Amino acid sequence: MTALAKVSGASFRLRRPGRAALLVGGILTAVLVGVALLSLVWTPEDPARMRILQKLKGPLVSGLLGTDHLGRDVASMLMRGAFNSLTTAFAAVGLGAVLGTLAGVAAAARAGFDAVLMRICDALFALPPILSAIMLGALLGPGALTAIVAIGVFMIPVFARVTRGAAMQIWARDYIMAARMAGKGTARITLEHVLPNIAGQVIVQVTIQLAMAILTEAGLSFLGLGLPPPAPTWGRMLAESQTYMLQAPHLALAPGLAIAAAVLGLNLLGDGLAARLDPRRRQAS
Amino acid sequence: MLAIRNLSIAFPGPAGPARVVDDVSVAVGRGESLGIVGESGSGKSMLSLATIGLLPGSARTSGEILLDGKDILRLRERELCSLRGRRIGMIFQEPMTALNPAMTAGQQIAEGIRLHRTVGRSEARAEALRLLDRVRIPDPARRIDSYPHEMSGGQRQRVGIAIALALKPDLLIADEPTTALDVTVQKEILDILDELVADLGLSLILISHDLGVIARSTDRTLVMCRGRAVEEGPTETVLRHPSAQYTRDLIAALPRRARAGLGDEARHAAGGAR
Amino acid sequence: MTAPLLAIENLTRDYTLRAKGATRHLRAVDGVSLAVEPGSIFAVVGESGCGKSTLARIVMALDRPTGGTVRLGGDDLFALSPKALARKRRDFQMVFQDPYGSLNPRHSVGRIVAEPLHLLDDAPRGRDRQSLVARALEDVGLPAQAAERYPHEFSGGQRQRIAIARALITNPKLVVADEAVSALDLSIQAQILRLILSLRDRHGLTVLFITHNIGVVDEVADRVGVMQAGRLVETGTVREVLDHPREDYTRTLLAAEPTLAVLGRRRRRA
Repeated sequence: MTALAKVSGASFRLRRPGRAALLVGGILTAVLVGVALLSLVWTPEDPARMRILQKLKGPLVSGLLGTDHLGRDVASMLMRGAFNSLTTAFAAVGLGAVLGTLAGVAAAARAGFDAVLMRICDALFALPPILSAIMLGALLGPGALTAIVAIGVFMIPVFARVTRGAAMQIWARDYIMAARMAGKGTARITLEHVLPNIAGQVIVQVTIQLAMAILTEAGLSFLGLGLPPPAPTWGRMLAESQTYMLQAPHLALAPGLAIAAAVLGLNLLGDGLAARLDPRRRQAS
Repeated sequence: MLAIRNLSIAFPGPAGPARVVDDVSVAVGRGESLGIVGESGSGKSMLSLATIGLLPGSARTSGEILLDGKDILRLRERELCSLRGRRIGMIFQEPMTALNPAMTAGQQIAEGIRLHRTVGRSEARAEALRLLDRVRIPDPARRIDSYPHEMSGGQRQRVGIAIALALKPDLLIADEPTTALDVTVQKEILDILDELVADLGLSLILISHDLGVIARSTDRTLVMCRGRAVEEGPTETVLRHPSAQYTRDLIAALPRRARAGLGDEARHAAGGAR
Repeated sequence: MTAPLLAIENLTRDYTLRAKGATRHLRAVDGVSLAVEPGSIFAVVGESGCGKSTLARIVMALDRPTGGTVRLGGDDLFALSPKALARKRRDFQMVFQDPYGSLNPRHSVGRIVAEPLHLLDDAPRGRDRQSLVARALEDVGLPAQAAERYPHEFSGGQRQRIAIARALITNPKLVVADEAVSALDLSIQAQILRLILSLRDRHGLTVLFITHNIGVVDEVADRVGVMQAGRLVETGTVREVLDHPREDYTRTLLAAEPTLAVLGRRRRRA
């Protein structure tokens, strides 16, 4: 180790990087997940109940955050919307993370797969989710599945690249050589040695991509390609608020701020975890 | 030339400040070479970083490092910048990471020359060529346009030395300059460092874990262990008549081939320590 | 003369490099022959890029030679079926240079040390396995309780002991040590060398010791081969080669080694 590496190692360890990010991100994310789960058992009002007479009321006039153009309770829609957005995002990221990680570790393990898999990833990467959602929407009709598949497929190459790079570094370690000396095959080494050592990086990537997915889902709903009405989603709330932007700005502000807070929270959590799990920090001796 | 007085360096840690250098005093005269020897974690690298003012921000220091009477620890960053390079040159362990992979050897040497002195492009290149010749790079006229990855480890380290020399410093600090190199290349690099001290009258601080390297290239030796100065004196005295038990242990840990050739007395002393 | 445990004959390894459209052939190992007696330590010494690590990888059957044979206890490693080679692997294990990179940070020491037991069909399980690991750890001078801890809790020298315990758990006949002490502080290096010598004396272990350090060769080896540019330029007992080198390259190597025979800069120049 060079002297400079030693120094940065020391200051890394001592500054405890990402603690604030981890704390703030963790709290924001926990609140988000808590609210989403709470919405299943309790919301102030039924988010689908329309009370035309009560339409376009301001915050605290009717309910905590007012009502929309159909007189639905915005706070309740926002809560149920959190659940809908999160489940779509989790499912999409789950799809991308599982398939992408599998592809990534396979590519790292076998040079033969590598070239093929990476070209497939390049092709997938050329399909932005909005575009594939429009195509899938034409085939399957708009809905949760369309949104999940469209976002998830786009995530596969993202995860494949991250895990491939991380796994290749692990494959260069001597303990892999020792495992080969112990007669272990590629699949077994991947399972026992490679995956546990890249898990941290995959988890970090999951939080970052969750934020991306929430944003993309909002975009798809905005375009009418996400969950069908009347299920509330943040994206559609934003879309519907457009018409009443001047009369009732709270209709745009509420879902807008919710999306921003969710993305910020998940990004901070990802950054915090990344700093926490940085192998340079752990290996500083 | 350089005098370190009662230097302590500490980093804030979970269990209070951790001292990595503890009350070390040492001096280097003009044209003199000082060896600092110790095992990993002895604080020898921290000492050298403090000397060029490159300690990380969280470090807490006390004592003083006087370069011609000026305390380096009290200097502002701008003053330190002109000090580094112009007064003190640094040679690193791994020349591959210390060199810019996107610039040729000649460009990197000339960059330093032109940064600190007003000379023309062609003049700087001529100077770079002279320096490459000085560090005995084979075929310098061709090597001046080579990129780091096109060179061997030994050649890269020569370029590293040429860069350090470009600003005509008075003091060179070499931190494990040959640890990453083969023994035959190590010998060539150490020969060059010897020559620079003898011919240019430079002062040299050579940091190494290898007593053999310290023995052949330095006038005085400082032995460090866990941040403390264990022993300091003329290299020959320290190795032949070590006064500290730790020094005797270090000598005893050397392979017997490396120990051979010491006086009988020292061999006896070292042997007695086993 | 007893039959050698390890017999390498005329071993060659070529690599094909493709750079900037042109293919280049590199002969990393070039016609190397050597024989290692059971219970002896044979050192291969050379500078970086001389092919000594490639040689180690081939002897460990982690890489295949382009030509020549490697016989271990009479069996040609590269003529064996994959299944027979897997069975044979219990007879040869390896210790690596970097004690930080050679242990999986996420596995307990016990799991790391037990890993090569995968090679045995009749590997002990449960309590028997634990006591086998405990004995292996004690054999290299570590407490049995170390099995429950993790690599980062140990110093470089202790980690290298763990790596040696792992290499010895299947009771191999041959251990290849690739720069096994190069990354360690001198005092630790001396301890590990003493451990290797004592393991040889206690278990009759045969060691192929790959190193760049002549001082280490002198401390540990019985015979030594000097390698340069893929070739073994000089082979003999340690005393023959180090005290009466025949080849110029060996002499250059010996002369470059820093020793305490030269003290002080001025003194030597005067």
